[in-house]
Amino acid sequence: MYVAVKGGERAIDNAHAWLAEVRRGDRDVPELTVAQIREQMTLAVNRVMAEGSLYDPDLAALAIKQARGDLIEAIFLVRAYRTTLPRLGSSAPVETGAMAVTRRISATFKDLPGGQILGPTFDYTHRLIDFALAAEGADAAEPAMPAVDKVEEVPHVMEFLNKDGLIQSELQEGAQVPDLTREPMELPASRPLRLQALARSDEGFLLSLAYSTQRGYGRTHAFVGELRIGTVAVEMEVPELGFPVEIGEIELTECETVNQFTGSKTEPAQFTRGYGLVLGQSERKAISMSLVDRALRWRELGEDFSGAPAQDEEFVLMHADNIQATGFLEHIKLPHYVDFQAELELIRKLRRETEPSDLAAEEQP
Amino acid sequence: MNARIFYENSETSQEFRCAERPLLAVRGLTKRYGERIGCAEVSFNLWPGEVLGIVGESGSGKSTLLSCLAGHLAPDEGEVVFATAEGPRDTVTMSEAERRRLARTDWAFVHQNPRDGLRMGVSAGGNVGERLMAVGARNYGAIRGRALDWLERVEIAADRIDDRPRAFSGGMQQRLQIARNLVTGPRLVFMDEPTGGLDVSVQARLLDLLRGLVREMGLSVIIVTHDLAVVRLLADRLMVMKGGRVVEQGLTDQVLDDPRHAYTQLLVSSVLQV
Amino acid sequence: MSDYNFAYLDEQTKRMIRRAILKGVAIPGYQVPFASREMPMPYGWGTGGVQVTAACLTPDDVLKVIDQGADDTTNAVSIRRFFQKTAGVEVTEATAEATIIQTRHRIPETPLTEGQILVYQVPIPEPLRFLEPRETETRRMHELEEYGLMHVKLYEDIARHGTIATSYDYPVRVEGRYVMDPSPIPKFDNPKLSGNPALQLFGAGREQRIYALPPYTQVVSLDFEDHPFVASKAEHDCDLCGASDSYLDEVITDDQGNRMFVCSDTDYCRTRRAAGLVGRLGGEAA
Repeated sequence: MYVAVKGGERAIDNAHAWLAEVRRGDRDVPELTVAQIREQMTLAVNRVMAEGSLYDPDLAALAIKQARGDLIEAIFLVRAYRTTLPRLGSSAPVETGAMAVTRRISATFKDLPGGQILGPTFDYTHRLIDFALAAEGADAAEPAMPAVDKVEEVPHVMEFLNKDGLIQSELQEGAQVPDLTREPMELPASRPLRLQALARSDEGFLLSLAYSTQRGYGRTHAFVGELRIGTVAVEMEVPELGFPVEIGEIELTECETVNQFTGSKTEPAQFTRGYGLVLGQSERKAISMSLVDRALRWRELGEDFSGAPAQDEEFVLMHADNIQATGFLEHIKLPHYVDFQAELELIRKLRRETEPSDLAAEEQP
Repeated sequence: MNARIFYENSETSQEFRCAERPLLAVRGLTKRYGERIGCAEVSFNLWPGEVLGIVGESGSGKSTLLSCLAGHLAPDEGEVVFATAEGPRDTVTMSEAERRRLARTDWAFVHQNPRDGLRMGVSAGGNVGERLMAVGARNYGAIRGRALDWLERVEIAADRIDDRPRAFSGGMQQRLQIARNLVTGPRLVFMDEPTGGLDVSVQARLLDLLRGLVREMGLSVIIVTHDLAVVRLLADRLMVMKGGRVVEQGLTDQVLDDPRHAYTQLLVSSVLQV
Repeated sequence: MSDYNFAYLDEQTKRMIRRAILKGVAIPGYQVPFASREMPMPYGWGTGGVQVTAACLTPDDVLKVIDQGADDTTNAVSIRRFFQKTAGVEVTEATAEATIIQTRHRIPETPLTEGQILVYQVPIPEPLRFLEPRETETRRMHELEEYGLMHVKLYEDIARHGTIATSYDYPVRVEGRYVMDPSPIPKFDNPKLSGNPALQLFGAGREQRIYALPPYTQVVSLDFEDHPFVASKAEHDCDLCGASDSYLDEVITDDQGNRMFVCSDTDYCRTRRAAGLVGRLGGEAA
């Protein structure tokens, strides 16, 4: 006989216990340590830091462990934690020109001051599964790390173009940068707010949008002027001292693209720019971000809106956050039987009105 | 507002035209695009029940002028004083809320491309009914009745009322747009090349329909077109524009039969050759 | 959970949310933007309601949480536990005993009273959203009271189906001004929105909006004179308690197509049965 569904509390407890068990997996296999994840799954850790918008490799590694390797779940854990942290102040803008680079390439100049530095990249690996990695303990011998010439100065490539007036100067807005996590998103958004949203948005979503611009949906014809990865110092102004104090170092990926030019009879032709900046090493995302940033600047640069998704600020910004997206997407698995019941009643009523005789019989429980 | 009553009103207003205020009084209207002039120092009066044609070739500023008059563009200088029910008001300085309220009550705007003026995903009946509902009509049967009446007036079969405009021909779409605009009996109608995108035979039918509606309802209309045949048929008075300025204006027949300005002469002669 | 503040959110955030609530109360039906925080539960699972509840809770409050009208659905359990852990407040399943009720998709059958707060979880706060996807445009439509389009939608329903084909999330107009989304409650519940002695608060976390109906606000469901709004429900009585006036869930009882109808509001049903009221199958039920 029917008994109203009960036992939600017990079901939840059981689900949690089961989850803990499968998270651990086979107990004959040693448990992963947070340090192992932090050191050997660095790109996953980087993605969680970037989209969680919190630079803390240990916490990101722990979140990945807790999330069974589901990166969006891990990002979610980091975000929920982040929101409870006190806001002590804002750092001074980081100086990416003074970055200690581990990788720095330009697609626009063959050689340039500071040189091209490939760094630790997958770019020219042949994508062949390396079965040697399957052999445990094979990494005992340390690979010979080539000596790198210490590069003193690595100036921004874009500055060369800027000095000659060949590229449009970035406006010094100077004003307070809005904080997406403290104020509701207001549209139309300023470029600083847009960039902030893109920096923590979903890598896959940005990648697809950027790709769509390359295929002609809002084309901006981008060259990678410069891509650099490295560490920068974070400085904070301490009011009592009156000068900025270095509080730490973070790794960043920065991408600047040189895009198709604008100009008219009265204004000389100039290249335009797109910009991407991401926490950690994440060049796919940094490049994607600069393409999407550039596509979104159509109004400011006097271009036409061609209806491309990547040009549509509201579309991009309202759908770029994977934590918002996954929550709303997955909420449809929550019970909706009250609404569904209302729809059932309606559809039965509509059917009764069209075919009164046949359906009346079928209706009888 | 009932069409018959409206017709009678406009009859009386024509009789006492001299004693009354103009429906629309435009003074010194100027719109610049940077260095370039959109339209400059345009002034005129539109009297109730009058049809004013604005002609000129593309780039002459006629569309800019219409956009400024209808509140779609903000002019740089000048005033557009409309005789609202509460008295004359400058629509340039009014709040956007007031202007949009005017746009859905006293005013109507017929776009060249019906897709700009119709909701393509909404049935013909819904398209005609929208303005009624926007001003508070809440009786489905009455709204539908009005929609049916208007579909008939613009020669669209009653059984198409639940079809979407996507399924309509270009001429039908344009007639539907006209019905959608006129259903609330607007006091002033703006038309932007209403016959522009249509085949010649379809144009003729539409013009004929428009002329009938203008006469029957005593509409006050400002119509922009490059087609002199359209104004010959519809307009009481004509303004000829070139380079953003009005170069000649007067009664339609006068301007077309005895053009004074060289540019008007050129326009008229080029048409007569056709 | 001693690491977290009372009711999870820090005081600064709660003040920000309370300001948004107060603005909402001052302008009934108007959607107030607020800086929604990331909560330790997914967006779309009640983060808006949870933040509103957190901002309203005091240690003396008695909290009730329902989802689909029931206290024991998993998401209701989860949210109730969250506040038990983070705020340590007393909880109840009895509508009349609660000072704050957080709900998803239902208004309790037991009439609310002055001093109670009903907090709704809202997925999409914008009633015009599916007619006009752009936030920039819908905000302007509200500002200018351009609501003709809303009735066009109802008109299209009648033209196609002969009736208004909206059965839940049924749009309302508040005090003759703002058109408001009542959250996905069945339209059966719409009449309870109007003139309600309780304070009704609506929180949409992902969409960063809060809106409110102060006590005794007039709320009218949109309709046509000749196609008036009807608050419908299944044409049955509750098979457990016999109630004829409550919203019903349909439960399929076997693979022969047999089904029974039971109150969606579990507290209401239980209270009636405790008072000795019995429905068609109530004698057999546990």
